[in-house]
Amino acid sequence: MAPEIYNLAQSPVSSHAFSPDHSQVAVSLNTNDVQIFSKQGTEWVSTDTLSEHDKLITSIDWASSSNRIVTASQDRNAYVWQQTADADGKIVWKPTLVLLRINRAATHVRWSPKEDKFAVASGARAIAVCSFDPENNWWVSKLLKKPIRSTVLAIDWHPNNVLLAAGSADMKARVLSAYIKEVDERPSPTIWGSKLPFNTICGEFTSPSGGWVHTVGFSPSGDALAFASHDSSVSIVYPGSPVINIKLPTLPFVTLTWTTENSLVAAGHDCQPVVFSGAQDGWQVVGSLDDTSAAKSPVGSKSGYGGSPTVGRLNAGAFATFRDADSRGQSSIAGSGSGDTKLLTVHQNTITSVRPYEIHGGQVTKVSTSGVDGNLVIWNTDEVMTSGIASLTSRLGSSQIR
Amino acid sequence: MSNVLRPYLAAVRSTLTAALTLENFSSQVVERHNKPEIEAGGSREVLLNPLVISRNENERVLIEPSVNSIRLSIKIKQADEIERILCHKFTRFMMQRAESFIVLRRKPVQGYDISFLITNTHSETMLKHKIVDFIIQFMEEVDKEISEMKLSLNARARIVAESYLTAFNA
Repeated sequence: MAPEIYNLAQSPVSSHAFSPDHSQVAVSLNTNDVQIFSKQGTEWVSTDTLSEHDKLITSIDWASSSNRIVTASQDRNAYVWQQTADADGKIVWKPTLVLLRINRAATHVRWSPKEDKFAVASGARAIAVCSFDPENNWWVSKLLKKPIRSTVLAIDWHPNNVLLAAGSADMKARVLSAYIKEVDERPSPTIWGSKLPFNTICGEFTSPSGGWVHTVGFSPSGDALAFASHDSSVSIVYPGSPVINIKLPTLPFVTLTWTTENSLVAAGHDCQPVVFSGAQDGWQVVGSLDDTSAAKSPVGSKSGYGGSPTVGRLNAGAFATFRDADSRGQSSIAGSGSGDTKLLTVHQNTITSVRPYEIHGGQVTKVSTSGVDGNLVIWNTDEVMTSGIASLTSRLGSSQIR
Repeated sequence: MSNVLRPYLAAVRSTLTAALTLENFSSQVVERHNKPEIEAGGSREVLLNPLVISRNENERVLIEPSVNSIRLSIKIKQADEIERILCHKFTRFMMQRAESFIVLRRKPVQGYDISFLITNTHSETMLKHKIVDFIIQFMEEVDKEISEMKLSLNARARIVAESYLTAFNA
């Protein structure tokens, strides 16, 4: 079965999160508002807008059992949205205040597995771990600050509800304890450590060639950690043994998710989700979920801009040529034209988020991706195109040299 | 494109493609600001090593990548005084109209003739490989343009001189 492709907007989708029953999806279309789309037939129709933030929304997460949405934004705030009945008895999304106490942008947010806490990564070199305070009806936070030296770009929760992985722009991925006495029971010892008071550093891993760590992810059991960094590498950590680094000739990955204990899907600037598999003794690239051997749809005819009359002083010569190339993507060089404006991948620009969509028997069978091109795509994780490996090296790069 | 230029442009193209892996990155220094880190330079860890691709001592490209923006500066070939003047006038003409080129910077980086600033907003709103195409095409055409202008300038000078001197011939 081919991947399901939905075009939500012409603008970038900065983040997406599905509702527990997959009938709705919350996205931020590079704006200050969260849009909730509902599935009607084969289309996604915008049904709700959550507006409270006043700067770009960077991350959204939808809690699957408690049906709450948490949003983080560059305006330094986060809100928890809950469905409540208003005065007329209509069901609306109502925001709850979160006292984040950070003074820079919030970059990433994730609910903990038990959904009684969430963590907010931020540009203030801190991670805010938030729990609910029923007395005042707001969320209070405790800050994880100590070893972090730059913007935290991504976080992920360990299934035990206590450990937190963080990847940051100081080229490090860390495993920290986010144990909050009032909320958590004493965690049983894990492979990462046995005594876990708040802010214990259970591991600190550097990217192989010093790139910003864009994404982190715990395996389903929590016994392994994967992170992808800007030096085009994916690293897998099994505590106690040396870090497994996979260096790739592609452009960097910015997001990843585990599908089983032995495989993961990573995606990023190469515009296609790539599958990795392996175990403690080694990992390798399996292939791409995207069939990049042929164009997805017939390339449209020349855009309607062409053929404008070339009159006026500024339309002459080089000026007009460069302006056309710049503002309209028309180039006059032989061999290029409107035909090469479409990439061979499903996503036409960077994939910014890949998340598990459907889980069957502990295996993620479908993942969803969203990207800068405004598309939302749902992929089957078992349909790996191994033929694509040879052409995995960036299609944007050397292949286009004339 | 001449064959001599090909490897040079290929190197610029692959470097630019790799450098254009930008993301939205809010400032770590100033609250609620979002600025091109390569211009602000406030946090050193989000800047990558600048890279010079040089064809010869007169022609080179400087690419300075960062987490949310890259700056690309071009030194255009200038063999003699006329080319120097023409190049200066040409780049000045372009840079005064920088807003119609979107990615053009209003001032070049020191030591270079023309600079481009590409931010994450540009790579979100435009096709990335088309931005790369645009820069490469610019580099191809700018040399051609300047040598054409030089030829027509010389031809014009010759005609002017001839018509001036015919006055003394009579």
